[in-house]
Amino acid sequence: MSSEQRDHGRRDDRGGRQGGGQGGGRRFIRARKSCRFCADKVDYIDYKDGRLLGSYIPERGKILPRRISGTCAPHQRMLATAIKRARNCAILPFTLD
Amino acid sequence: MRVYEVLFIVAPNIEESDIDTLVTQLSDVATNQGARIAKIDRMGRRRLAYPIGKFNDGHYVVFTIEGSGAEIAELERRMRVTDAVIRYITIRIDEDLKRAEKFRVRRAAHAAASAGSRRGRRTAEPVLPIGNDDDDEEGADL
Repeated sequence: MSSEQRDHGRRDDRGGRQGGGQGGGRRFIRARKSCRFCADKVDYIDYKDGRLLGSYIPERGKILPRRISGTCAPHQRMLATAIKRARNCAILPFTLD
Repeated sequence: MRVYEVLFIVAPNIEESDIDTLVTQLSDVATNQGARIAKIDRMGRRRLAYPIGKFNDGHYVVFTIEGSGAEIAELERRMRVTDAVIRYITIRIDEDLKRAEKFRVRRAAHAAASAGSRRGRRTAEPVLPIGNDDDDEEGADL
């Protein structure tokens, strides 16, 4: 069993590969996105760091899903709580138009 | 002993000197209740992400407090009745700090271990079980 096949069975909602599955057409194999916080060895995401958190809220002010950003599950959880705290003290907006 | 982070926003129409007295006043409230103020961080005047009341900016102040929790209740009560404080938020951080410390220690240990035994690593890789006997599965069903 190759590592390629095993990867398909892995349950993960970070969008590493697109395409694949059934039906012909082209298969895109995209490089797997990596967690920026793991790379930087971040242990705690501070809710006061508006600049860092701001890069994880797109136009509407929502929390960027890890399917897009590639953040790992533990760090995405930390990030989500940090963003919610930051919203409460007006560091981040609840909504953007 | 718990560690808390109390952030509050002071209205922008308050004079600098009045903010100083307010900050000492509030820190006295906490220390009188038996807490220890580990750090006072004046983040300065910042723009708010959304208007609070009729203000578009405010002075951010962060207290790091070590205490039992009772003084937080008193501090919050005081901030609620103080008009100059337009927003406050209290976060308990000792568990997060402990977790961060644990990760750091584990990473340091891991780095030390892998630096020591990088040679013997390849043989230690897990081998996939190939050609399982049918007898085994029947035994497991029973």
